[in-house]
Amino acid sequence: MKRILTSMILMAALAVTACTNPGRFGGQDVGATAPASGGIIPGSANDPTSLAYFQQAVGDRVLFEVDQSNLTDIGRSTLDGQATWLLTNIDYAAVIEGHADEQGTREYNLALGARRANAAREYLISKGVPATRLRVVSYGKERPIEICSEEACYAKNRRAVTVLAGGLTS
Amino acid sequence: MKAIILSLLLVLTAAFAAPSQAHAQEPLRIIIDEGVIEPLPFAVPTFQPETAEAAQLASDLARVVSDDLTGTGLFREIPASAFISTVSDFNAPLQYADWKAINAQALITGAVAVTGDQVTVKFRLYDVFSGAELGNGLQFAGTTDAWRRMAHKVADAVYSRITGEGGYFDSRVVYVSETGPKDDRRKRLAIMDYDGANVQYLTDSAAIVLAPRFSPTGDRVLYTSYESGFPRIYVLDIGSVQRRVLESAEGTMSFAPRFSPSGQTVVFSLTQGGNTDIYTMDIASGASVRLTNTPAIETAPSFSPDGTRIVFESDRSGSQQLYIMPVTGGEAQRISFGEGRYGTPVWSPRGDLVAFTKQNKGRFHIGVMRLDGSEERLLTASFLDEGPTWAPNGRVIMFARETQGAGGSSSLYSVDISGRNLRPVRTPEGASDPSWSPLQQ
Repeated sequence: MKRILTSMILMAALAVTACTNPGRFGGQDVGATAPASGGIIPGSANDPTSLAYFQQAVGDRVLFEVDQSNLTDIGRSTLDGQATWLLTNIDYAAVIEGHADEQGTREYNLALGARRANAAREYLISKGVPATRLRVVSYGKERPIEICSEEACYAKNRRAVTVLAGGLTS
Repeated sequence: MKAIILSLLLVLTAAFAAPSQAHAQEPLRIIIDEGVIEPLPFAVPTFQPETAEAAQLASDLARVVSDDLTGTGLFREIPASAFISTVSDFNAPLQYADWKAINAQALITGAVAVTGDQVTVKFRLYDVFSGAELGNGLQFAGTTDAWRRMAHKVADAVYSRITGEGGYFDSRVVYVSETGPKDDRRKRLAIMDYDGANVQYLTDSAAIVLAPRFSPTGDRVLYTSYESGFPRIYVLDIGSVQRRVLESAEGTMSFAPRFSPSGQTVVFSLTQGGNTDIYTMDIASGASVRLTNTPAIETAPSFSPDGTRIVFESDRSGSQQLYIMPVTGGEAQRISFGEGRYGTPVWSPRGDLVAFTKQNKGRFHIGVMRLDGSEERLLTASFLDEGPTWAPNGRVIMFARETQGAGGSSSLYSVDISGRNLRPVRTPEGASDPSWSPLQQ
C-alpha cells in the first residue's frame, strides 16, 4: 500500500513538472521517494522512460567554467546520454535553461546563460535531436541552486539544465 | 494614483522687509565642482501654521526639507536647541543678528495653511551673512496627501539657489523589490519617492521582473518579465498600472530595454540562437532595427540625452568593455581601457559622463568616466555593486549592493559623483535595479 501511494504521489508530481515543480532548478528532490528495492515502478528513477530517470541516471544538466559557454568533456558525455534518451522517448520536448553564477552584471549574465543553453541545444541537434523539440531560455543569475558565495557553489550554478515537457503530461 | 497638482505663486515681498546690507559679504553659494568638505550650516525653524489643522504638517514639512538638504552631504542643520530667536511671523523682518550668532549661513522660513484637503506652503530663503533674501519667496499649493512633494519642491528651490545646480528631491525611483532567500527570491516592481517614502507595488511576484526603466516624462516604465516563461519586454503605464508586451519573435529573448529621449523608441537586447545583439524598436508600430551584428554579447544600451548616440557593453574584444555607436548603428568606438571588465553603462542626463559597473580582482565598483574614457573615477567598492542610475541633475548616482554569502541580500545606496556621501536608501524589503525618474513637473 505504501508503495502504491508513493508512486501515485510521484505521478501527481510529474503531471505538473513542466510548470510548477519546485525541483525544476535543482532537480535533486525529484525521485527522492523512489524505492530502493527491485522492480520497476512506472515514473520512478528505475523506469528508463521516466523524468526521474532522465534527471538522475542520464543527468539533466551540464556545468561550465567561469565566463565560458564551451562544453566540457563531461558535459558532452552527459549530452550524448540526453540525445540518446530524447531520440528514444520521442514524445518529449525540452526547454534548455541557461544559468550563470552571481559574479557578473545582470544583463551580461542573461546573455551568458543564453550562450550556455544554446551550446547544449546545438550539441543535441548535432546528435540528431530535432531542433523543433528544443527551446532555450536564460535565467542569468536569477535562479541559483546553491547560495554560498564560493567557487563550490558557483560551479554548480554555471549550468544548462534540460527540462522535459510532454511525455506523461501530453 | 493620487492626483497631485502643484501651483507656483510668487509671494509678494512684504513692504517692510528688512533692507539688505549695503556691503554684503560673499553671496551664499556652494560650488559643487570645488569639492565641498565643510557642509554649509543652515536653520529651518518649524514652519508657521496659519490654520489650526496645519500644525502637524508645518512640523513635518520642515523636517523633510531639512532631511533633503542634509542628505546631500552639502548642508548641515543647526538644531533648534541652538536657536536664539524664533520666527513667529512669516512676513516680519528677520533678526539677522540672532542667526549670525549661531552661524546659520542659510535660514529657511515657511508657513503652512490647510483648508479641507488643500494645503498651501510658502517659504523664504535668507542669506544670513549678506542680510538679504536669496531669491523670492514662493508658494506651492496642492492636496494634503502630496505634502511631501511640496517639501521636496521647497528643498529643490533652496538647493538650486545655493548650488546653481538643478534639484533632484521631487523625483521618484522605480526598482525591483526582493524577498526570500537567494535560491527562492521573489521579485516585483515597486515605485517610491527618491528618499524611500510612499512605496507602491506595480506588479506581483508571480514572475521574475528585472530592470525597470523610466520614460523621459516619468509616466511609463519599461521592464523585463518572465511572465510568458521567456524574458520579454513590457511597457507599463504608472498611472493605470496597465501593461503590454512589446513585439518579439518566437524563440527569442528580449531584455535590457531603455527609452530614447523622445520616449517613442526603445533600445534593447535581443537574443537569438545564443547570440545577443542590440536593436531599437518604435514602441507604437513595433518596427525594429538591428544595430549590432557580431557573435559577441552586446547589451545594456543607453541613449545619449540628445538621442544621437548609444553607449553599450560588448565582449567583442574578449572581455566586457564599453562602446559608443551612432543611434543608427555602424562603427562603435571603445571607450573603456582600464583594468577589469566594464558593464551597464548609463549616459548622464547632463551628457558629460557615463556611469558604469566595473569588475576587477573579485570586487565590483560603480564608477564614472568621460565620453572618451578619460578621468575614470571609481565611487564605490564592495562584493557586488551594480546597476547605476542618475539623479535628474547628474550629480548623484543610485545603485544596488548585494551582500556576500548564503544570507546575501540586495539594497539600494546613493553616492555623489565625487565619491562622497555614500548613503543607504531605505526600502521596506530588499531592492535592486533602481531607475531614477526625471524631476517631476
